[in-house]
Amino acid sequence: MFLINCPFCGEREQSEFKAGGEAHIVRPKQPTELSDDEWAEYLFMRKNIKGIQFERWNHVHGCRKWFNMVRDTSNDQIKAVYKMGEKPPVK
Amino acid sequence: MKNKYSIFSIIKNAFSYHENWEKAWKDPEPKKEYDAVIVGGGGHGLATAYYLAKKHNMKNIAVVEKGWIGGGNTGRNTTIIRSNYLWDASAGLYDHALKIWEGLSQELNYNVMFSQRGVMNLAHNLQDVRDLKRRTHANRLNGIDAVYLNTEEVKKFCPIINTSQDIRYPVLGGTLQRRAGTARHDAVAWGYARGADEMGVDIIQNCEVKGIKRNGDTVEGIETTKGFIKTKKIGVVAAGHSSVIANMAGLKLPLESKPLQALVSEPVKPIIDTVVMSNAVHAYVSQSDKGELVIGAGTDDYVSYSQKGSHDIVEGTLNAILELYPIFSRMRMLRQWGGIVDICPDASPIISKTSIKGLYFNCGWGTGGFKATPGSGDLFAHTIANDEPHKLNAAFNIKRFVSGDLVDEHGAAAVAH
Ligand SMILES: Cc1cc2nc3c(=O)[nH]c(=O)nc-3n(C[C@H](O)[C@H](O)[C@H](O)COP(=O)(O)OP(=O)(O)OC[C@H]3O[C@@H](n4cnc5c(N)ncnc54)[C@H](O)[C@@H]3O)c2cc1C
Ligand SMILES: [Zn+2]
Repeated sequence: MFLINCPFCGEREQSEFKAGGEAHIVRPKQPTELSDDEWAEYLFMRKNIKGIQFERWNHVHGCRKWFNMVRDTSNDQIKAVYKMGEKPPVK
Repeated sequence: MKNKYSIFSIIKNAFSYHENWEKAWKDPEPKKEYDAVIVGGGGHGLATAYYLAKKHNMKNIAVVEKGWIGGGNTGRNTTIIRSNYLWDASAGLYDHALKIWEGLSQELNYNVMFSQRGVMNLAHNLQDVRDLKRRTHANRLNGIDAVYLNTEEVKKFCPIINTSQDIRYPVLGGTLQRRAGTARHDAVAWGYARGADEMGVDIIQNCEVKGIKRNGDTVEGIETTKGFIKTKKIGVVAAGHSSVIANMAGLKLPLESKPLQALVSEPVKPIIDTVVMSNAVHAYVSQSDKGELVIGAGTDDYVSYSQKGSHDIVEGTLNAILELYPIFSRMRMLRQWGGIVDICPDASPIISKTSIKGLYFNCGWGTGGFKATPGSGDLFAHTIANDEPHKLNAAFNIKRFVSGDLVDEHGAAAVAH
């Protein structure tokens, strides 16, 4: 368990949040134009990084808002949180 | 030929105070080149090497393990073995493994303590009841033993379960697979290691793979902490770390790695002689031969390689355990730990070739691959040796994520483990 600093509510227990997976996967602009391989890449393939990962989280048991997080998945240390639409902090 | 383990070898070794037992496997330095290298010395990797040597006559091969063999999920799991999966492809895969389990101790001359004590899956709501009945029918059509039990029959089979209808999630019924059960996890790794070593396989521990060398679309070897090893075939069986190794080769896999926890109690006299799983409340329990209750919890929902899970997950599991088994309310827990499980979007494994020639992956077993260890090793060995899948693992090709032909076992198979 770790603490997450929700950009809207402040520091709360991780159990109040839902992880939303890898961030910054852009939804294809023209889904009808995609090949099956491109769909598979968009839908299923993940970097699943051991180390610094950019991800989405939702404060489900709080403000219910989505936001982004930079976290080291090898030790669960959070490096940064930032709002949806904001540019990720350069590492 | 190694000395066979038997009652006579125990007596013979007693005379030298059990100090002269032959080593079960050697501790070799890596050779410059192998015909195939298996990355990951868990049960699946060691079984793969064993069957490559035994059935495909590939003896110039090695297993490289970054830590000690069996130290990954193999040595961390709650050892539930069953084959009552919903879909035909899964039924074929898991029952293939179950059939090998039935003769494994004899085959390996190593007691893996396979115990067919039955696995019961409980239903706690009407949807569970419908799903479990449907699965029972599907299992029987596939020749897998399965019966549906009503609440009284559940109580009769496992009297310590609280079947009061006044609890938060009352027991409405359950399924029972009598051929299912448990085995000793470490013994599986050690037994396969000993068997593979005897046929000439090098088992190299403390050897971490750091890079995969390729020439265009063909593999040439692996960079390890013990130097470069040349090989034309690499079989990766690294569970939670599969994506890390895939990334070394420039591949992405449809996996997320998450912590999964288990815990054991202090040892007590025999109290539960079967395995009871409950998917809806996520709690399952069995008793080890040492007497400890072995309790499995759920996964955390975030990616993590930290090999420890959150406390609230364990708390939720224990709440459910206590409501279902009030008799355990004063048990003390001895140890708790986590493993990193590699979860596929359809909760089924990948046993497959890749777009890179000579690179094979066996992964995505997630929370439930221990039960498949012998079958997975057998089928992965077939895939590596022939560069083609066996018919039993053809459906578990990585291409299914492109074709959409998924084997969706999420929830459908009384899942979890
Ligand atoms: C708490 C828990 C409970 C579970 N309960 C059950 C259950 O009841 N029933 C069931 O069927 N399944 C269960 N599972 C799942 C099961 O444990 C796994 O699916 C199975 O053991 C995977 O076996 P493996 O050999 O593929 O992986 P592992 O045993 O994890 O082996 C992979 C090996 O690869 C090594 N490795 C990783 N990276 C590298 C590298 N770069 N270089 C060299 N080596 C590397 C690791 O050190 C590790 O030893 C459970 C898992 C957990 C964590
Ligand atoms: Zn919030």
